[in-house]
Parts: sequence; C-alpha cells; structure tokens
Amino acid sequence: MTIQEIGRPRRRKEDAKLLTGRTQWTDNLTRPGLLHVMFLRSPMAHARITRVDVSGARDLPGVVAAFSGQDLAAEQGSLPCAWPVTEDIHVPDHPPMAVSEVRYVGEAVACVIATDRYRAADALEAIDVEYEQLPAVLDMNEALAPDSPKVHEAGNLAYAMKTTTGDIETAFRDAAVVIDRTYIQQRLIPSAMEPRAVLADTDGDSYTLWSSTQIPHVLRVMLAVVTGVPEHKLRVIAPDVGGGFGSKLQVTAEEVLCLLLTRRLGRPVKWTESRSEGNLTVHHGRDQIQHIRLAADADGRIRGLRVSLLADMGAYLMLLTPGVPTLGGPMFNAIYKMDAYEFACKGVFTTKMPTDAYRGAGRPEATFGIERTVDELAAELRMDPVELRRRNWIKHDEFPYTTISGLTYDSGNYEAATERALSLLGYDKLRAEQADRRDRHDPVQLGIGVSTYTEMCGLAPSRWLGEGRYAAGGWEHASVRMLPTGKVEVITGSSPHGQGHVTSWSQITADALGVPFEDITVLHGDTAVAHKGMDTYGSRSLVIGGVAVLKACDKVKDKARKLAAHVLECSPDDLEFEAGAFKVRGTDSQKTIQELAFAAFTAHDLPDGVEARLDSDVTFDPENYSFPHGTHLCAVEVDTETGMTKIRSYVAVDDIGKVVNPLIVEGQLHGGIAQGIAQALFEEAVYDADGNLLTTTMADYLLPSAVDLPSFVLDRTESPATSNPLGVKGVGEAGTIASTPAVVNAIVDALRPLGIRDVQMPCSPERVWRALEAARHRAQEGAGR
Amino acid sequence: MPRITVTVDGIKYEEDVEPRLLLVHLLRERLGKTGTPVGCDTSNCGACTIMLDGKSAKSCSVLAVQADGCDIVTIEGLGTNGSMHPMQRAFHEEHALQCGYCTPGMVMAAIDLLREEPDPSEESIRHGLEGNLCRCTGYCNIVRAVRRGAQEMGQAVTTP
Repeated sequence: MTIQEIGRPRRRKEDAKLLTGRTQWTDNLTRPGLLHVMFLRSPMAHARITRVDVSGARDLPGVVAAFSGQDLAAEQGSLPCAWPVTEDIHVPDHPPMAVSEVRYVGEAVACVIATDRYRAADALEAIDVEYEQLPAVLDMNEALAPDSPKVHEAGNLAYAMKTTTGDIETAFRDAAVVIDRTYIQQRLIPSAMEPRAVLADTDGDSYTLWSSTQIPHVLRVMLAVVTGVPEHKLRVIAPDVGGGFGSKLQVTAEEVLCLLLTRRLGRPVKWTESRSEGNLTVHHGRDQIQHIRLAADADGRIRGLRVSLLADMGAYLMLLTPGVPTLGGPMFNAIYKMDAYEFACKGVFTTKMPTDAYRGAGRPEATFGIERTVDELAAELRMDPVELRRRNWIKHDEFPYTTISGLTYDSGNYEAATERALSLLGYDKLRAEQADRRDRHDPVQLGIGVSTYTEMCGLAPSRWLGEGRYAAGGWEHASVRMLPTGKVEVITGSSPHGQGHVTSWSQITADALGVPFEDITVLHGDTAVAHKGMDTYGSRSLVIGGVAVLKACDKVKDKARKLAAHVLECSPDDLEFEAGAFKVRGTDSQKTIQELAFAAFTAHDLPDGVEARLDSDVTFDPENYSFPHGTHLCAVEVDTETGMTKIRSYVAVDDIGKVVNPLIVEGQLHGGIAQGIAQALFEEAVYDADGNLLTTTMADYLLPSAVDLPSFVLDRTESPATSNPLGVKGVGEAGTIASTPAVVNAIVDALRPLGIRDVQMPCSPERVWRALEAARHRAQEGAGR
Repeated sequence: MPRITVTVDGIKYEEDVEPRLLLVHLLRERLGKTGTPVGCDTSNCGACTIMLDGKSAKSCSVLAVQADGCDIVTIEGLGTNGSMHPMQRAFHEEHALQCGYCTPGMVMAAIDLLREEPDPSEESIRHGLEGNLCRCTGYCNIVRAVRRGAQEMGQAVTTP
C-alpha cells in the first residue's frame, strides 16, 4: 500500500538550490555581449517635457546608445489595461517611456545602454532634461473637484460604478441603528525581496525575454500586442522569481522597453532595478477611501450595507488597476446575511505611481472595511463582537448560500472555526483581564480584535470574468508526460515564486498515478516548455492549476488503461487501478503504469488506434470561486503613555478546505498574517505635497523584521470545497486578508473606553498617541462645557 | 586600478577593481558568485550577507578594495563535501524559506549570531536577525530553523 501523499508535510523539492545559492534569478543570468540598461526617471510629479538631450550620454566611454521617449515614440506602443471595468471607462494612453508629459515621480524619460551598470549610471548624469512643471494632483477628493488640475485631458475620474441589490432605502429607513464610518486604506509598496529584472535577447529573428514576473504567459501575449513582435517569435521565461505578492502581476514599461532595445540594437540587454527605483516604480497597492454605512436592528441583525469607495488609480491604468477595488464589490458583505447592499466605486487619477494588485487585491480592503464596521456596530449596541457576528453570519447548515452580492458560497463552518479560535486564545480569560485593567486604569490596556473573514479565491471562472469585462479567461493548463523510464514530467501553466508548486504538484501526481513522489518533476515558467498558462495570482494556483494537474493525470491513466488491457489481454473493464498498477481482477496479473510507459515508448505492440505516448494536455476552468474563511483573533497590549502596540498573542483558525501540504499551508499563513499586520502597524507609502515619494528605501518604508512580529498560533477546520475534485480552496491571500482588521480592531478595542473609535493605519506609536491626545482633549472640552 | 587579492569559498582571486566597485558586484559579476543576491541599496535587507573573515557582513556595504586580503565565505561555500551545513538543513526541515531570495543572507546571519550565543532563545534569535528582512515567511519558521540549526551545530561539536 502506498502512502497517501496529499496531506503529508513534505519538505520542499525547491529548497536545495535556494539554500545553496544555485539559483536562476533574472539578474544572475548573462548572455555573450550583454549590455546594461538604466533609466533616467522624472523628478517631477507632473510636468511637460520640453527638451531631452541624450547626446552627452552617448559620448561617454562604455555607452552604446541612449534614447529619449521621443526616440522610441513610434514603436513603443501603450502599456495595456486588461480590465476596463465599465463601458465608459477612460483608459489613457500610457507610453512605456514618457514622450511629452510626466505624471508621477519615477516615470522613465530616457535610457542609457552601456557595457556595464556603473558606466550606465555615470551616463544618466549626462542626460539633460527640461521640464515645465504642472500642478501635482495628490488627494482623491480634491482631484474630483471641478476646478482640480487634470492628470489627463479627459479629467480625473477614470470610472464610476454602482450596483444595488435589495431595497437599500427601506433597509436604512427602518433601521434602529446606522453606523457611518470612513476608513483609509493607505497606499502600500509590495516589496518582494527580489527586485525586478529583465533580460532580453534576439538571434535576429526571434526574441527571448527573461523577467522576474508572475505571469510569463500573459506577458508574452501582451508584449506581442504592444510591440508587434509576433507571438510565435517571442519566448518569455520566468526563471527563479523571488516573491511577487501581486507586484509582478504586471506588464511593465521596463519589459516592453528592454524588448524594444534588443530589437533596435540586435544585442542582449539587461535591466535590474535598485530598491529605491523599485519603490518608486513597482506598482503600489491598496489606497482607498472607504465610506461605509451599516444599518441594523436593535438586536444587532444587519439589514443593509452601503459602501462607497474612492480608489486611487495613480497616474495610469495598468494591467488590472481599475479592477482591483471592484474585486471588493462582492466581498464587503462578507459572511453576513442582510436584506440589501449597495456598492459604489470611483476610480480616481492622481499624479502618483499607479496602483494594482497587491496580496489579496480588493479583498483585504473589503474585509477591513466590513470587519471594522461590524466591530463598531457591536460597540454601539454594547454587544460582544463575536456574539454580534454569530447573529449575522451564514450558519453551517445553510450552505450552499447565495449572498446578497450574488456569489454562492459552497461550504464553510464559521461556528466551528470561531469556537476553536476562542478556545485557543482563551478569549473569556482575556476579556476578564481586560475588564480588570480597565478598572485599574492600567496605563497598558488590553484589546482583543476579531476578524471573521471570507474571500473569493481561485480567480476565476472564465464566464464570470467575461461578464466583468476582464480581457482574459480564468482557466489553467497542465500537461503530464510519462517518460520511457516511468518517470513523470508535469507541466503547469501556473509558475510559482515561492509557493512550492513543484512539491505540491508532485504530491497530487504521486497520488493520482501511484508513482513515487521522487519520480516526478514539475516544469513551469517558460513559454517554450509550458506553452499555455494563465499564471499565478489570486490564490488560484492549487484551486485551478492543481486541479488541472489532477485531470491531466486522469487522462494519462485512461490511456494507460487501454494499453494495459492490451498487454494483459483483458477488457479495460476487468482492470482495477491500485498503487500505480493495473490489475486484472481476481488474478495476480498486473502492469504498473511506469512499466506501461516503457511499452508506450517502444511501441512494439500497441493496440490499433493507440498512439505511442502516455501523456495528456488539459485545461481546467472552475465553475465557481472557492471561499476560504476563518477566524483570526489578536490580543494587543497598548501603552497609553507611549502609544506603543505590542501583539501579545495571535490565533488563526482557517478553513481552506482540503490541504495538500500542511507545511506549505502553514508557511503561507505565517507570511500572509505578517503582511497584514505590517499594513496595520508599520507600512505606508508616503508622498509629500509636491508628489515626491518619501518612502523610497527600506529605511523609510518599514517592512517588519523578526523582532517586530510574534509567533502565531495556527489551527484549521476543514470544510472541503465542493466546486473542485481536490476539495481545495487556496491559501495564498487568506492571512493577509484576515489579519489587518484583527489587529486594528484589537487596538481600538483596547482604547475604546478612552474615547477612541478609530486609529488610522499604520497604527504607529505616534498615531496611537495622537489619537489618545485628541480623545483626552475632547474629554476635557466636554467636561468644561 | 587597484589590485586586490581575496579568497572566496576557498579559492584565491587576484582582481583589478575600480575603487567604487561594491564587494557584492565583484562576487556576482566578476567571480560568478551569484548565490549572493542583492535586495536593496541601503543595507537594510541583508540578502547579500556573507562571512568576511569569519564575521557576517553585508556585501553591498563593503567596497571590493576593502576586502583586500580577506577570506570570504558565501552561501555557495558553506557546505562541505557536497553536503549542506546544518543551518541549511535546518532551514529545509523547518520550511524556513519560500521564495528563497533572503535565504542566503538569512542563513549567514543565523550562523553568525550563534558565534556569540550558541543556544539562543527565541527572543535573541529575533533580535539577532533584525538586519535581515524576509517578505514570505513571517519569520516563524526561520526562528524554528535557527533553534534547530543551533542544536545540531551544538551536537556536532560535542559528539565525537
């Protein structure tokens, strides 16, 4: 009997090369005659370019060429936006290199191509650019005022949308209580540890582009469309990729320009960003103003929810920019039942780096908005926040449940996850301690934050994407090849950048084909190897790509069954498949699938109509999203004298359906929770009044280090997804979605008796202290009146 | 151009270098030692951490000329006879890496912190790794790996 691989905490196949430095990061790669590209970037948030003179750079030693935007204008095209969410959306032209106007600090205005990066950097200094400054547009509310300076000629509103379900007016008119809050989702910098890098080469006929990207397949299509290089003459390779978190789900200016430069020069070129260049020019995340109104009965039953978002697009619409906030649309109602829901969203142009997908993409923002507001409702009604949630959430025996926003949640058990989390945290005991500290006026107050999240994962059913005006499908591709010696190659269209697909896909394949885990290899990330794919984002890899692998294995097995029947001289129906072998029922006669692979290779004795191969090719398109959920509880101690927050304990109980590799799941949750905590406590991209990014380095943009985070207590409940045969739901974004509101709810919970009902993220000691000062001031004024 | 002599992972190199050349660029672009990556330009992230004469150093913050005469060990030279260093193995066992970009620096910093504290508590591990950033793991499994690595290294010394 073979051991079941699915569910085992397998150590990763990926690790050895990463641990010993035998990696293929794009910047590690070189080609004979390689040239280095560097970009001169705009120091102005908004300006007309009146003159660019690159001649000084061209004269310097080691410099092969230098170009302005004007030099490339005829061939550079416009960077694509693949998600025009409304019919009348304004998608402005987006030249990869600015030609006549710059609209954010960091936009490329010229480039140098030199024999090494030091020479290229020197030469940038010799380029002369003259600007005529135009007013920066930084605040979304001001940008929408009629007299605001315009980012684009057509105005600062990219799009406006609104959907309403149920009788929202009645829900609010008849409500006993209405909570009305505005929350700021600050702008974040994704900060994958590997900076972006691009290498492009040509043999004079066709092109190869290596990029630190999450989306080699989408990138290939888009580059072909933008540059006119025919798709069949273009190969895109994502070698080892050092993290993405959505930031490498993009078709970037630098990718397009490197391809154009290699076409112009006929030589290989490489560009590697510095971190400060990356902070300026890797798309940013979040950045919303959320106006949320929640109507409820006196007993806490939610009647209606109104959400109105302003979403900062930045200066242009990049690949998915307009769609990201709209992903929150079906999610603000979360796990709660209600009678009516209204979602409105305006996409607003500003003179800042464009925003786009960042871990969770629209769903963390929505979860934050609703989970914060539900806590406020609980406070208003003087109810326990867990009890309030219980009164409103979908009960486990109500699944499948179609929500007010129209999604059908297939499975879940909010009660079970919450009970487990409360018990792991010791909720009641902590509440008692909290009461005690409040009574004692302890300068260090205790707060408990609750976050009962769900998310739509596994992006996405193609049919739904079509209805949402998304320019691609949501399927994934897999191919399984049995090699002559019985070893197995799995090809996946979903290429990983830290998620461990090679290990998990091996586990799925090992179980499906009954071959040893070690006999399987997984290939990905090269359009010449994995010729089809929709790539990696939106917690989709396992839910769609993993299922595609399973289905590809099933096809191989079907072929092998026919071959086995021929070899064993029986009917296919007489065969049973067990532990990697086809056995003739009731006899000792059998052939393993690995032996059959050799029979297919020699092809000496194949039945009529059977091809000499044991391989398959599958695309899988999901019928529904998957809906992971969970309960995260965070206990914080807030020093009311210094404003310092310390996370005392963090408990996460997640239901992500069936688990392929618990070790990988745990790792994803750890990292996700850390990233969500980072938004709550540390991170913010800050622009000054002139539109200069102040947080250009890791000294200014505060990624948490090991001392800033606690260990997390994790557990799982398991309600298998019913929409896919693996029963899996996806885990990549869960932690990030859940943890931000858990932490902020905890801080507000700690300080509520002191008159605090919100602290704006990141809840730095200074922000907390200022909020407390303002509350003290209000209290004094109230007392004096 | 100054000529320097450095030993990297047991091999001696003589190189003519521009005074401004960073050690990490010498390693990566001249000597082909691409196992040591670059993650930032302000010495915050620690991805480029190496051992310089037995102590950890961020190779983006050292000029190649400053390393003249030094003995350097990178992640590529850490194992012996084709087998991984106990700390590398511990990172594998505890799933302390995901994308792996911070890993070379993290492993180096972990080994370095054990020089002064061979059996560190969770708190001292967290403090000891403060100069190395990871975006994937939330550090939980890195802390576990360093404890495991410390135990195994301790045993390697004490058992015959």
